[in-house]
Amino acid sequence: MRTDPLFQTVTSEVRSTRTVSLSFNDQALEVPAGISVAAALLMSGINRFRATPVSESPRAPYCMMGVCFECLVDIDGVPNRQSCLIEVAEGMRIRSQEGARDLIIQADNVQTAIEQTVEVQS
Amino acid sequence: MNDHFGGVVEAVDVVVVGAGAAGMAGAVALAGLGLQVVLLDEQGSPGGQIYRGITLAPLSRRDLLGAEYAHGNVLAQALASSSVRYEKGAAVWQVTRDHQVSYLRDGRLRTLQAKAVLLATGAMERPFPIPGWTLPGVMSAGAAQILLKSAGLAPTEPVVLAGCGPLLYLLGWQYLRAGVPIKALVDTTRPEDYWRARRHLFAALRAWPYLRKGLELMRSLRSARIPHHTGAEQLAIEGEEAATALTFTVAGKAHRIAARCVLLHQGVVPNIQFSQSLRARHVWDVDQLCFSPVVDPWSELDVPGMFVAGDGAGIGGAQAAALQGELAALGIAQRLGRVNAGQRDERAGPLREQLALNLRIRPFLDALYQPKEANRIPADEVIVCRCEEVTAGDLRTFVALGCAGPNQAKSFGRCGMGPCQGRMCGLTVTEVIAKARGVSAAEVGYYRIRPPIKPITLGELAGE
Amino acid sequence: MSEVRARHSDVLVIGGGIHGLSTALHLARRGVEVTVLEADYCGRHASGVNAGGVRTLGRHDAEIPLALSSRELWHDLAQMLGDDGGFVPSGQLKLAESAAELDECRQRVNHLQRLGFTHEVLIDAQQVFEIIPTVARHVVGGIWVKDDGYAIPYKTVTSFRLAAEKNGVKVHETTPAQRIEQRGSEWQVTTPAGVFSAGHLVITAGAWARELAEQVGESVPAHPEGLMLMVTHRVAPFCAPVLGATGRSLSFKQFANGTVVIGGKLIGSVDFPARHGEVDLARLGISARTVTDLFPHLKHLGVNRVWAGVEAFTADDLPVIGASRKASHLSYSFGFCGSGFQMGPGTGKRLAQQILGEHSDISLEAFDIGRFDTARCDEAPSPGSHIPINVPSVAR
Repeated sequence: MRTDPLFQTVTSEVRSTRTVSLSFNDQALEVPAGISVAAALLMSGINRFRATPVSESPRAPYCMMGVCFECLVDIDGVPNRQSCLIEVAEGMRIRSQEGARDLIIQADNVQTAIEQTVEVQS
Repeated sequence: MNDHFGGVVEAVDVVVVGAGAAGMAGAVALAGLGLQVVLLDEQGSPGGQIYRGITLAPLSRRDLLGAEYAHGNVLAQALASSSVRYEKGAAVWQVTRDHQVSYLRDGRLRTLQAKAVLLATGAMERPFPIPGWTLPGVMSAGAAQILLKSAGLAPTEPVVLAGCGPLLYLLGWQYLRAGVPIKALVDTTRPEDYWRARRHLFAALRAWPYLRKGLELMRSLRSARIPHHTGAEQLAIEGEEAATALTFTVAGKAHRIAARCVLLHQGVVPNIQFSQSLRARHVWDVDQLCFSPVVDPWSELDVPGMFVAGDGAGIGGAQAAALQGELAALGIAQRLGRVNAGQRDERAGPLREQLALNLRIRPFLDALYQPKEANRIPADEVIVCRCEEVTAGDLRTFVALGCAGPNQAKSFGRCGMGPCQGRMCGLTVTEVIAKARGVSAAEVGYYRIRPPIKPITLGELAGE
Repeated sequence: MSEVRARHSDVLVIGGGIHGLSTALHLARRGVEVTVLEADYCGRHASGVNAGGVRTLGRHDAEIPLALSSRELWHDLAQMLGDDGGFVPSGQLKLAESAAELDECRQRVNHLQRLGFTHEVLIDAQQVFEIIPTVARHVVGGIWVKDDGYAIPYKTVTSFRLAAEKNGVKVHETTPAQRIEQRGSEWQVTTPAGVFSAGHLVITAGAWARELAEQVGESVPAHPEGLMLMVTHRVAPFCAPVLGATGRSLSFKQFANGTVVIGGKLIGSVDFPARHGEVDLARLGISARTVTDLFPHLKHLGVNRVWAGVEAFTADDLPVIGASRKASHLSYSFGFCGSGFQMGPGTGKRLAQQILGEHSDISLEAFDIGRFDTARCDEAPSPGSHIPINVPSVAR
C-alpha cells in the first residue's frame, strides 16, 4: 500500500533522467535507474515491506546494508531477496511477503494431513 | 581441481573479501607487491559503507557529503588502475580454514582456492533494542546515510535523530547541508560521560583533525538551532503499524516528539560473521563492548593464512582501516615470500606511525559515546531477535530453565535463527544472558556462526 | 582448577545426551541417586542437533524390538516428561524412484514380515501422491510407517533434563570427565571441577565414549563423524511426513513453522580435540540436488543455516548397550551411528532395568560390547550378575 513517501530526492541532487519501470504488488512504479530496490520502494511511498512469519508484524528496511534482513521481498517469483542489495531493473515484479498468512502450517492442517495419510493405510 | 559441483576451483594468490577502505587499500597494496589478487564485494560498486557509491555518486552528492567521503575516490581510482581482479555483486557465503572462498555471482556458484585470505568486511551498527524499534519508519542512522550516499534520498518530513556517536552527528551535519529539516537531536550522552572521557582527552588532542571535525559538526548543529535533548533516557517508539513518535525522559521529565521517521544510532561494532565461522579466537572488548577477533600485528588470526583488516578487527574508522589493509598486505606478502621480514618491517614503519595517530582519538570516543546499558540490555517486553521475535523477557525465562549461552538460546526459542543469522541480536543476547546469569559477557560467549554467511538457494547449491 | 571435591552418588552418568538423561531419569524414578556429568551443555552434539527423526523405518533387524518399544514411549512422552519434546506422529516414508528401488523395498517388507514385523508397509505411487501431493511424479512407491514421526531434538533433551532434575538427578554441565578409575567398589571420575564418585558408572558419551572405555582396557571399533544438516527459510506447508529415499541418502522434513530440515548422514569433518563438527556447505550440493529433484518447486528456497554434531559410528553399525565385559558396575550406551535419537527413551528404560538387575522385556544381547572381542573369554561375567545398587524398597 502506498502512502506519503518517507524519503525523497534531496534538492541539490542532479540526477540522471534515466528511469526504469517496475511493479510492487501489481502497482506500476517509475523509479530512477541505478538505485537499490529498497531505496526505490521507500521513495515511492512503500513504507511497509512485509509482515513477519511469526506474528505478522509490519516491517521495513532497518540497516540498508545487508545485515538486518528486514527488507526481504519476493522479486520475480524468488522469495527472500534482500532489496537493499539488489539494483532496480526494467520490468521487475516485486511482491511483499505476507508472513504467517502465507507460511505457517496451522495445527489442524497437520492433523488433517496425518488423518488423510492414515486413511491411505486402510 | 574440481569442486563438489563439478566446477573448477580456481587457484589464486590472495582473495580479499569486501571492497571498503581496508579491502581496497589492502588489495591494491597486495597487487603492488606482485601478488595475484581477487577482490570480492557484494555491492554493485566499490566503497563499502563509508564510501558507499563513491564511483557513481554525482558531483553534487559528493559535495554534499563532505571531503572525507570524497577521499574514497582516491582509493577507488587506485583500485581501478591496479591489476586487482575486482568482482562486484559477489556474495561470499563460505570461507574455510584452508583458504577456500565460495561465492555466488550472477546466480552461479564459484570457488577460489587462495594461499591467504584478507577479510575486510568492516563494521555494522550496534543494535538499538528499545520498545518499538521494529516498526516501519524506524531505521538506523547508517541506513539513512546509505540512502543519501547511494540514492540521493533524505526524509520528506522533519526527522528525529536519537542515540549517540560520531555517525549520528555527521548525518545531522549532512542533512543540514542538504536542507533536510531535523526536528530534534535526542542525545543519550550525559554530562558524566564527558567527565569519564576526559582522561583520554590529551591523546585525542593529538588527533586534532578528528577532534576539530567533531567540534565543527556539533557547532553547526547548535547554530542551526536544532532542539538538542541531552541525557535522554527511556527511549521508546510509539506506533501500531508504523512509527508515530519518539518518547523519552530527560532528568525524569517525559517528552514526546511526533515523527514518522526516527533514526537510531549508538555506535558501530565489528562484523565478525566470517572470523567467527572460522572459529578464530575472539575476545570481549570492554571499551567497545563487543567481540573482536584476536589478530597479530599483521592482522593475522590464529587461523594461519587468514587475515582481518579494518573495522572487522575492532573499530578504528576508515583511514585506520585503509592503513591496516596495507599493513595486512605486507604481512601476507611476507608470508607468501614476496618480501622478506626486513623489507616488510621497513615499509610498515611509516604506516604504523600514521595508524597510531589515527587511533589516538578512539579511547576518547569509546568512553564518551559508550552506549547506555538500558539501550543494550532492554526491559522484558522489548524484542531482541527481530527475525524470530524473541524478547528480552523470553531470554530471561530460558536462563531460568538452564540456558547458559547464545547457542542454547537458539534451541530454546529460535533466537538468532532467522534470516539475519543473529547479526542483529547477537550482542544483545550475550549481554542479556550475562546480566541474568550474573557473569561476564566473555564467559557467555557468542553464537556459533555457520555458513551460509550470505543466503543461497537449494537450486544454486544444487548447481542448477 | 578448582579445589578437588569428592561428590558421591549411587550412579554417575558421563554424557548429558538423550541416552544419559533417559537412563538417569529411569533410574531416579526408582529412587536411585544419580549424577550426570556433561562436558559441554546437555544435548550439545548428536542428541540435540540431529534431524529429529523418530524413525523405526529401515532399522537393522536387531534394533527393531528396541526401536518399536521406544516408539511407544515417544507416543506417551508428554505423560512421562510433562512435555512432548515437539513430537509429531507424522509418519515416515521412504521413497522409491525406480522399479528396481521399489523391488528392493518389496523385498525388505517381505523379509520383515517373515520375522514377524508388520510396521513397515509397501505402498504404490498413487498412495505416495496422496500422502505428499507435491512430490515429483517419477516416484513409483515406497515404504510407509504411519506411527513414526519427528520431534525437536534440543527440546526433547531439555525435557528429559528437566524431568530428571525434578526427580532428583544432579546435572553438572561444562564438567568433562577426564579420567575414570575403579577403586575397590567405587568408581572415581576426575573432572576439572573435582572428583565425582559412585557405585556404578554409566558411559553415554557418544563420540567420546570410546576413549573412556579404553581407560578400563575395553576397546571398541568406533570412530567419530561430524554429521551435517541444513535448514531452509520458511516455506508454505507442502509435506507432512518425514521422507527418506531408497537409492540415495536423504532425510527430509518440514517443521510446523515452515522450515525444512535436510540431512541424511552427510559426513562433514570433525575437529575432535575442539569437540567441533566442521561444516562444509559445498559438500551439500548433492543433497540439495536430491531435494530439488523430488520437489522442483523448492528451487528458490533459501538455505538458512548448516550445522553439524559429532556422533560415534561402530564397525558393525550397531550401538553398544549394556554391561562392561572388563569391569564390574560399569554400563555403556553409545555408538548409535546417527540413529540413536529415536532409541533414547526406550534404551534408557532397558539399561536402567539391567543396572537394577530387573527383568527386561527386551534383550540387549545384540548390543553387547563383547561382540567386538575376538578373544572373548567365555567366563566373562554376564550382565545380569551386576546388581550394584541398594535400591530403596519404596520406589518413587
